[in-house]
Amino acid sequence: MAEVILKAEGLVKHYPIKSGVIQRTTGHVRAVEGVSFELYEGETLGVVGESGCGKSTLGRLLMRLEEPTAGKVTFNGVDMYSQTGHDMRRLRRDIQIVFQDPYTSLNPRKTVGDIIGEPFDIHPEVCPKSERNKRVRELLDLVGLSPEHINRYPHQFSGGQRQRIGVARGIALNPKVLICDEPVSALDVSVQAQVVNLLERLQRELGLAYIFIAHDLSVVRHISDRIAVMYLGHIVEIGDDEQIYERATHPYTQALLSAVPVPDPQVEATREQIVLTGDVPSPANPPSGCPFHTRCWKATEKCSAEVPQLVAHPDGGAGHLSACHYAATLG
Amino acid sequence: MTQDVAAKHQAGVAARKAEMRAAQLAAGVEHLLEVKDLHVEFRMQDGVAKAINGVSFHLDERETLAILGESGSGKSVTAQAIMGILDTPPGYVTGGEVLFQGTDMLKMTYRERAKYRGPKISMIFQDALSSLNPVFPVGWQIAEMFRKHRGMNRSDAYAEAVRLMERVKIPAAKERVKAFPHQFSGGMRQRIMIAMAISLDPWVLIADEPTTALDVTVQAQIMDLLKELQEESGMGLILITHDLGVVASVADRIAVMYAGRLVETSAIGPLYAHPLHPYTKGLLESVPRLDQKGQELLAIGGLPPNLLRMPEGCPFNPRCRYAFDECRTGAPPPLREVEPGRFAACYVAGEV
Repeated sequence: MAEVILKAEGLVKHYPIKSGVIQRTTGHVRAVEGVSFELYEGETLGVVGESGCGKSTLGRLLMRLEEPTAGKVTFNGVDMYSQTGHDMRRLRRDIQIVFQDPYTSLNPRKTVGDIIGEPFDIHPEVCPKSERNKRVRELLDLVGLSPEHINRYPHQFSGGQRQRIGVARGIALNPKVLICDEPVSALDVSVQAQVVNLLERLQRELGLAYIFIAHDLSVVRHISDRIAVMYLGHIVEIGDDEQIYERATHPYTQALLSAVPVPDPQVEATREQIVLTGDVPSPANPPSGCPFHTRCWKATEKCSAEVPQLVAHPDGGAGHLSACHYAATLG
Repeated sequence: MTQDVAAKHQAGVAARKAEMRAAQLAAGVEHLLEVKDLHVEFRMQDGVAKAINGVSFHLDERETLAILGESGSGKSVTAQAIMGILDTPPGYVTGGEVLFQGTDMLKMTYRERAKYRGPKISMIFQDALSSLNPVFPVGWQIAEMFRKHRGMNRSDAYAEAVRLMERVKIPAAKERVKAFPHQFSGGMRQRIMIAMAISLDPWVLIADEPTTALDVTVQAQIMDLLKELQEESGMGLILITHDLGVVASVADRIAVMYAGRLVETSAIGPLYAHPLHPYTKGLLESVPRLDQKGQELLAIGGLPPNLLRMPEGCPFNPRCRYAFDECRTGAPPPLREVEPGRFAACYVAGEV
């Protein structure tokens, strides 16, 4: 088994809601509510969930772009949130991020060379100034862009190419972990496959570990070794790709999977679909007990009173955790 | 609003439609909606972009036609041209016919056409939030259809709005009829859009990426609702989307667009089992599937062409694995019947 490289323990992030003239705090948006998981070296952990479930906030917490309300993240045994100054900067080299929207995450007034080379301004030890141009060209080549394009501006590229630039910037500092926050959801289908293939190739060549955040369950299954399903700030189920996609034990996972249409009319005609009623409750006012009980067709009184813990179930298999009181009986 | 009233309303609509259907048959018109050789171009500062280049298809009652394509393929422009809501300038319809029950809508005056939008053809858009007016209550916006088209008074129109909100299954419709768009969730807003679109019982409903902005669980709800409404009213549905999964679950026939042309039209089953055009084949191979963990995805290389600088020959030739000399010169290959009822615009269609 590979080593644990990144570990989150009980991560919590609440955003205050302020209202009135004196901006008093009147409540909290509970974006992330106690998330714990481990990421192993060289693996891909997919994080899926609907909009508002806290998956992007989780990504930002892991980057320390946000300070958590509670909990801790350790990278290679080092507590990330207690680091300051130089040590923190050193740590950031190892964890990088690729953002969702390739149109807004690249500075339109900088050339591609400046954008990809910018990390070297802050971390000159990785690449001295004299080597910089050469390194940027190598990176462009690595992500499948022509090194001659080094002096072009972002608007001269298509969406898929821009996302490649974003990836090149992400891997510039030779990180160990790359957080991909919806990296392909803004792209067309035919281009999406190109970027997914690129990410897989880079992982093989560079031994990166990915946290792959997305709402598209098909893409996540394709790229991930393990998958965490989030709902209202909680991880409700986590396991490897078979465990989640073939033997899901949490009703939310089952409903989510069943809602995805399969591009094959024969399969579509015969398969049973679970259609959930209602919407995701507001994270400012989450339901008591199990967060999913308001939409769950198996919910009992116990579900509205007790918060289920994320634990292994007898028929779940190793490493397959589920936060449902009745996970064992759901099969 | 009781079940009785809704049932009576449906019966009334069915009777009216039956009359018009008889007239259509008597006039020898085959299809409910027929688009013939449609051309649309955008005249811009840096040149003329030919967005639609000779698109033809038809739609019958109770039928769902999916128009599939990537961004820039012209699928939304086709819908706008049919509805007559193209931004002019820069967009111009430069040729073709849009026949609704045999009448060419492109030859109508603005006022005549406005009368068709709503009772004959109506449309729902991708982004419900920006399509609804934020400063008016949703009920007012639904009721507007009845005031403008049927000359109803305010209170009757509001009652109709409540009936429609119940029909699209918005809970507590009576209480929420005066709420504003921002007070609804994304899925509920899309339901309100649908309520407006079906308010005058259209024959044809065009849904332009109705679920793209929604989460999968809500997407399933909305697609279910559209299916149910179609079964009740028998309207024809044109579903515009880029999602091969959504198409597979609802459509009867499919038209694949690329760079402003139809490259393949087919019934749904055979297209997925055995695509004829290399582009369709590429698309199907490039999407990961939920029900299987595949190997490396077979991505289509390159990018869709720039509409200002179209390649010579077949528009797909620079990205095509099977392209040979003939594909790179002259006019694009025409749509031809490769198998009974299946058309593809490719010289090697069916052999790939």
